[in-house]
Amino acid sequence: MSTLVIVEHNNESMHSATRNTLSAAMELKQDVILLVAGYQCQAVAEEAAAIAGVHAVWLIDNIVFEHQLAETMAELITSIANSFTAILAPASTFGKNLLPRVAARLDVAQVSDVSRIIDKDTFEHPIYAGNAIETVKVLDAIKILTIRTTAFDAITESQSSCCIERIDKSIQESSTRFVKHELSRSERPDLGSAKIVVSGGRGLQSAEKFKLIEELADALGAAVGASRAAVDAGFVPNDYQVGQTGKIVAPSLYIAVGISGAVQHLAGMKDSKVIVAINKDEDAPILQIATYGLVGDLFELVPELIEQLKVN
Amino acid sequence: MKILVAVKRVIDPYVKIRVKTDNTGVETQNIKMSMNPFDEIAVEEAVRLKEKNDAHEIIAVSIGPDASQETLRHALALGADRAILVRIERHLCSLNVAKILQKIVEKEQPQLVLMGKQSIDGDNNQTPQMLAALLDWPQATFASNLTVQEKTIEVTREIDGGLETLAMPLPAVVSTDLRLNEPRYASLPNIMKAKRKTLDIIECDALGLTLKEHIQIISTMPPPSRSGGVKVSSVSELINKLKFEAKVL
Repeated sequence: MSTLVIVEHNNESMHSATRNTLSAAMELKQDVILLVAGYQCQAVAEEAAAIAGVHAVWLIDNIVFEHQLAETMAELITSIANSFTAILAPASTFGKNLLPRVAARLDVAQVSDVSRIIDKDTFEHPIYAGNAIETVKVLDAIKILTIRTTAFDAITESQSSCCIERIDKSIQESSTRFVKHELSRSERPDLGSAKIVVSGGRGLQSAEKFKLIEELADALGAAVGASRAAVDAGFVPNDYQVGQTGKIVAPSLYIAVGISGAVQHLAGMKDSKVIVAINKDEDAPILQIATYGLVGDLFELVPELIEQLKVN
Repeated sequence: MKILVAVKRVIDPYVKIRVKTDNTGVETQNIKMSMNPFDEIAVEEAVRLKEKNDAHEIIAVSIGPDASQETLRHALALGADRAILVRIERHLCSLNVAKILQKIVEKEQPQLVLMGKQSIDGDNNQTPQMLAALLDWPQATFASNLTVQEKTIEVTREIDGGLETLAMPLPAVVSTDLRLNEPRYASLPNIMKAKRKTLDIIECDALGLTLKEHIQIISTMPPPSRSGGVKVSSVSELINKLKFEAKVL
């Protein structure tokens, strides 16, 4: 039997989260097959086939899958599920949207946000905003798992490409229609996989002043994140949000500026290797978990930090 | 249009939870409980659709112990018309919750099911998608905007790279994200009125479902604790530490 990993992509390139998911799949010690479903996505299949350890890539290239809607994707995956004992996808909005639909179709449970694989049917995952770790045993024959990508190292090694098998399934078009995308364009690294993340909170006071965070991020080659307060106040778009309901990050360095450190925010970043907090409130909860805390006015400290980083 | 809203009673989001010393779960005795925040957003959205005359009836449903009646009364105070409690004492996995909801949907025949995208206790983010699958209805998860037309809805979804808009025929299942709306507070007169609204209690066993056990919880542990670090007194000291001690710069 083998493990199936659903490749997240935009028809042009693979999302890096797939490499972390693959790493989790390898721990199940079976052949790993990657599924690329999309439209005019041959390049994605080739990229996937060249990752070390991949046994085969199954490619279905059909206009039905152009936007990878949950309805059609779930039908496709359900139809091939019998060949697998585990089906994995990253715990991104893509994976979260899709896999529970597959699980219900197969009448099996799903484990969300798996952070550790103990054996082929026992898994750990965080609950209560990361304030508890639950170990569960799945009793169903097929394990459906979404993977917390920050808990598994990305596989970056390559291999001479494995075979790409085209599969042909007639999947009915969904009654759901894609209308449009509004994607945030950014030159900065992707928040989910960046090595350094600089996040701003309510302390930044306005969208105008939030630019200071972006300047600091640029000085460090970092991604920009935000607390819910900063998003709700309209300083930055929603997809910048780090936390229980936003993105989960675990960079080498996380710099929290003007963020108090509410439970919901900590859920998204407390597995970062080094945490720096810049806050004027000495009693802010963030300072209790920060590796290095700097107490003071961020509007003085951050420009000074940028200055010194530039000099160095 | 009839709307079904599913709500869950969870530990209040502002409570700092404690894992039981025998690692069988988290402490819930004498702990403040509330309606799951995402479900509050779902109720609010349903009420707004009713206020715009897009909906004529809102049914709130919860699955759980007797105490979940409180959560349903809150939904009624916020504007739901009637409520259903499916009474069950034991813990259920998302799939079994979805199966119970499917029964209620088949009985009530709503055109729209609104649910929170995840409950803040299990953090699973599964039940709406599973319910949609069981019903073979379209799904729109993580909704931050919703427009109802005659027989279709248009939903803007929060996705990793930004936003995505989908249009789908009704009936459908929609799960709510935080930014869909700002839930209102229940006024005292509405809380009083809610006491007189219908709340039906159905025993889960009476639904004729065979609920298989899919997941066994082995243990619940506190996460590894993070030792507090040091305070630095200046920017140059910080840069120094990051470079030579932590070696992350």
